[in-house]
Amino acid sequence: MEEFEPKIVAFLCHWCAYAGADLAGVSRLQYPTNIRAIRVMCSGRVDPVFIIKALKERCDGVLVAG
Amino acid sequence: MISPKLVEVGRHINIELMTCSEVESVEGESGNFEVTLVNHPRYIDLAKCTGCGECALHCPVTAVDSFNMGLDDRKATYIDYAQAVPLAFTIDTDTCIGCGKCETKCMAQAIRFDDKERKTTLNVGSIILSPGSQGFDPSGLEYLGYGKYANVITSLEFERILSASGPYSGHLMRPLDRREPAKIAWFQCIGSRDLSEGANKYCSSVCCMYAIKESVIAKEHAGSDLDCAIFYMDMRTPGKDFEKYYNDARDKHGIRFIKSRVHTIDPVPGTGDLEVRYVTDGGEMNSEIFNLVVLSVGLQTSPDVIRLANRLGIELTRGNFCKTETFEPVATSKQGIFVCGAFQGPKDIPQSVVDSSAAAAAAGEILSTARNTLTRSKEIVPEINVINERPRIGVFVCRCGINIAGVVDVPSVTEYAATLPYVDFATENLYTCSQDTQEIITQIIKEKNLNRVVVASCTPKTHEALFQETLINAGLNKYLFEMCNIRNQDSWVHKNNPELATEKAKDLVRMSVTRVALMEPLKEAELEVNQTTMVLGGGISGMAAARSLARQGYETHIIEKSDRLGGQALNLFQTPEGEDIREKVSLYIDDINNNEKIHVHLNTTITRVDGFVGNFESELYSKNEKQILKHGVAVLATGASELKPVEYNYGKDPRIITNLDLDKKFIQKDPMLKNLTSAVFIQCVGSREPQRPYCSRVCCAHSIQSALELKRRHPDLNVFILYRDIRTYGEHEYLYQKARKTGIIFIKFSLDNKPEVTLQEDQLRVGVRDHILNRPLEISADLVILASAIVPNGDEKLANFFKVPTNNDGFFVEKHAKLGPSEFATDGVFLCGLAHYPKPIDESIAQGLAAASRAVTLLSRKNIFMSGTVAMTDPAYCSSCGVCISICPYSAPSFIPDDDRFFPGRAQINPVLCKGCGLCVASCRSGAIHLKGFDNDQIFAQIFSVNEVI
Repeated sequence: MEEFEPKIVAFLCHWCAYAGADLAGVSRLQYPTNIRAIRVMCSGRVDPVFIIKALKERCDGVLVAG
Repeated sequence: MISPKLVEVGRHINIELMTCSEVESVEGESGNFEVTLVNHPRYIDLAKCTGCGECALHCPVTAVDSFNMGLDDRKATYIDYAQAVPLAFTIDTDTCIGCGKCETKCMAQAIRFDDKERKTTLNVGSIILSPGSQGFDPSGLEYLGYGKYANVITSLEFERILSASGPYSGHLMRPLDRREPAKIAWFQCIGSRDLSEGANKYCSSVCCMYAIKESVIAKEHAGSDLDCAIFYMDMRTPGKDFEKYYNDARDKHGIRFIKSRVHTIDPVPGTGDLEVRYVTDGGEMNSEIFNLVVLSVGLQTSPDVIRLANRLGIELTRGNFCKTETFEPVATSKQGIFVCGAFQGPKDIPQSVVDSSAAAAAAGEILSTARNTLTRSKEIVPEINVINERPRIGVFVCRCGINIAGVVDVPSVTEYAATLPYVDFATENLYTCSQDTQEIITQIIKEKNLNRVVVASCTPKTHEALFQETLINAGLNKYLFEMCNIRNQDSWVHKNNPELATEKAKDLVRMSVTRVALMEPLKEAELEVNQTTMVLGGGISGMAAARSLARQGYETHIIEKSDRLGGQALNLFQTPEGEDIREKVSLYIDDINNNEKIHVHLNTTITRVDGFVGNFESELYSKNEKQILKHGVAVLATGASELKPVEYNYGKDPRIITNLDLDKKFIQKDPMLKNLTSAVFIQCVGSREPQRPYCSRVCCAHSIQSALELKRRHPDLNVFILYRDIRTYGEHEYLYQKARKTGIIFIKFSLDNKPEVTLQEDQLRVGVRDHILNRPLEISADLVILASAIVPNGDEKLANFFKVPTNNDGFFVEKHAKLGPSEFATDGVFLCGLAHYPKPIDESIAQGLAAASRAVTLLSRKNIFMSGTVAMTDPAYCSSCGVCISICPYSAPSFIPDDDRFFPGRAQINPVLCKGCGLCVASCRSGAIHLKGFDNDQIFAQIFSVNEVI
C-alpha cells in the first residue's frame, strides 16, 4: 500500500504567519510538502465553516496560523 | 521587520536610490545645493540584475562575508542578504579573479566587467545626512583577548549567529568548535563610558538593551538551561517598555546581572572556554568559566563619516557626532543640511525613526513652496469593463532563474495550467518581475484580451503591488489578480523533493486559478483630505508639530486646556547643556503667535470627535462656548506631569522638594538656595517601582544638571545623589563624569533597601546603606530633592474620541514600537511628546516634527484611495445583533440611523475605516457581511480545488 501522505490546508494570516512561511523560504528551512496555504488578511477571517468544508473536501488536516 | 520599508522605498516613484555612491562635495546654499557624487562601479547592471543568484552560484572564489562579520564566507559576486534592496548583486573586485564564469551564466546579461567609476551632480534644495555609525572595534583593548581567543566575539557577531539567515542558520554555536555553549557572558560598555585612550567617553545608549535582548533570544534558541550573565556598570533601559523587558529578563528568564567590570580573561587550556575574573562592589574577588564571551561594543562615527562632515563643514561634538541644538534637534551647523539616526548621537531604532521623520519635516519646511514641482506621478490608463464577461485567465509561471525552475518542473506546471478551466493563456518567464517582462505581460493581456491574471512566482508580500501595477497599465482593475507562491513556500522549502514540489505547485496554481476566476473589479473609496490640522496640547512638542505644519503651508489649530502655551517646559530651568529653557521657549511661543497659519485656542478642551481620517469634526469647548472645528488630521501632544511624591516625607517640610520645585527655586532666585551646606538628591521616586514599572528617562540627567548648578554656586556644598542606576545615556554621560570630578558623591541603593528621610528636631537626615562600604550612612541635609516620576495626563475620554489605545502606565500606544513611534494605528491621528513616553526637550521637539512629517504624508496627497478589499454588509440579511460593531478593532461598522429610510438599525460598514481583516465577516451570524476580494465563495473555491476533482 502506498504510504499515507496527508494533505493539509493552512489558513495563514497575511501579516504574520504568511510572512513567516515566506521567511522560512528565505531561510531555506526544509519541511514536508503536504501543506497548501490559503492567504487571509487576518486569521480572524477564518470562519469555522471553512475548516469543516476543508475536511469535507478530502483534506486531512487544517492549520490556522495567525 | 524592515523588509516592507525597504521594498516600499525601492519601488517609490519619487525616490531615486543611488547605491555604491559617495558625496564628494557640496556647493551652494540652503534651497540650492549642488552635490557632486562619486558612483563606484558595481560591475553588474542594476537595471538588468534580477537577484537570482546564478552568478554567485558559479563563482569559484571564496571570500570573507563581511555582512556576517567574517563568520561565514561568500563568493566574489555577492549580495549582503536575501531581502536586500535593490535586489542586485555586486562584484567585489578585490577578490574577483576575472574568470568570467558569472558572465556566461547570467541569463539576464547583467555582468559589466567594463563598469567604471563615474561622477554625477545633483541639484537639491536640502540635504539629510543619515550615514549611521559603526561598531567599536575591541581589538585595541588587549585584556579582552578579542582576535586572540576565537570564543570572544562582539555583540554584532553574536547578532549574526542568532540570525536565521546568519552563518549558522540561527543555530546557537560558538565559532571555535561549533559547539553549543552552555554558559555565555556579556560584557557591557566595551569602548563606551571608558576614559582610556582609544575608547569613547560617552554612553552608546543601545548596548544594555541589545545585550538583554540577545541573552533572552539565546535562551529561546538554546532552551532555558542556557546560563546567561551580563556584567554591567549601570543597566540603562530608559526607553518605552524597556524596563519591563529588563525585569522580565531577570525575573522570568533567569538572566544573571552582575554589577562589575571584568578585569582579566584567561583561556582555559584545551577547552576553548574562558575564565573571567572580576571584583564585586563589595571588594570580593571572583572568577567564573564561560563557554562564550560576547563583548557589547558601543557605537561610534566612522572615520569616513568624520571626513564627510569635514568636507561639508559640519560641526561635530566631542564624541564626533553631528552637533545639533536642543531646540533644533535635527539641524546641523550648516543651514539646509539636516541629520538623523546614530550620526546625531548613539540611539536606538525608535529614536532614529523619530529623527528621520523630523529631518524630513525640517527639510520639507524650507522646500514647501516647491512641493510637487519635481515629483512624478503615474499615468492613468482607462480601465476596461470586464463585468459580465466570462473569465479569460492568463497564467504566468516564473522560473526565477533557477530558484523555482531548479526544483519545480516549470514547463509541466505551465502545461498543466493551460488545461485548467477559463485559462486562455499560460506561459513561463525566466523572471516574471523583470521590467521587460512587465511590458510583455501588458502586451499579452491586450493581445489575448485577458481579464484575469495569475502569476505563479514568489510572494505577494513583496511583489503583488508590482504586478498589480502592470495590470493597471494594461487597463485591468488591479484586483483581477492573484499571486501564487511557488518559490518561498514551495521550491525553496522542498529542495529535495522536486516531484512533490511540482505537484504542490500545480495544486497551488489550480487554487489560484479557481479563485481569480471569481474575482471582481473592486472600487477604492476616494477620500478628500481636509487640509486643516489640529494639534492637541500646546507644550513644546505640540508647538513643534504645529509650527512645522504651518511652515509647510497647513492651517493649524492648537488646542490648549491651560491659559498659556509652553507646557512643562515652562517649569524647567536649564537643559543638560546649560541653555536657559524659558528664554528659548518664549522665543518658540513668539514664533507660534506670529505665524498667521496657526490659531491658538487657550482654555479649551475637546468634548466630542466625529469622523475619520481626512474628515474629522471636533467640538471645542471654551468658557461655556462650543465651536466645531473641521480638520483632516489630529496630533495628540497632551503631555505629562511630575508625580507628587507620597514617600520620603514629601510635603511635610519645605526643604523636601522635587526636581521641578528646585527648578522653580532656581528660576525665582529663591534665597533659600543661598545658605546651603548639604544637598541630597534621591532618584527613581515613583519610577521603576512595582506600581509604576517604567523608567522616567529624564531624571538622572536632570538631577545631575541641578546638582552641578548647586555646586557651581557653592563649590563647598556637599552634594549626594542616591541612585539605583545612573542613566545618562548618549553624550549626557559627560555630565555624569563632570559631576564625579566636581566631587558630587554617588551612592547606589536597591529597591529593597531604599533611603529614609527623617525629621529630627528640625534636622533633616537621610539614611542610606553605602553600597561599597556596605555600612549604613546618615547624611544631614539642608535640602532633599526627589527625582519624581513623570506621569501621563492620561485622558481616557480623549483616547476614546480618537479610538487610540493607552498602555498600563497610561501612555498612548503608538502604531509600531520601532517603526511607527509618532503615529497611531488609527489613520490620521499622530502622536508626540510626553504623552508617548517621558523624554527630554530635544527628543520632544524631534517627535513633534516627526508627527508633523507623518501628517504631511497624508495631507500632501489631498485625495487618498483606501483599499478595495473591504467588508460590506447586505442589510437585508442583517439581524442587528451588533457583533460586528463590538468586534471591529477599527470602528468601521455602525448601525444605520433609526431615521434612515432604508434598513434603519441594521449594520453598515464605512469602507474608509475598514482594513479588510474580515473579523466581522467570520463572526456575522447571519452571513450578512461580505469581504470583497476574500469573500466566502473565493475562499471556498480555493478549498474546493485543493484536491483535484475526480
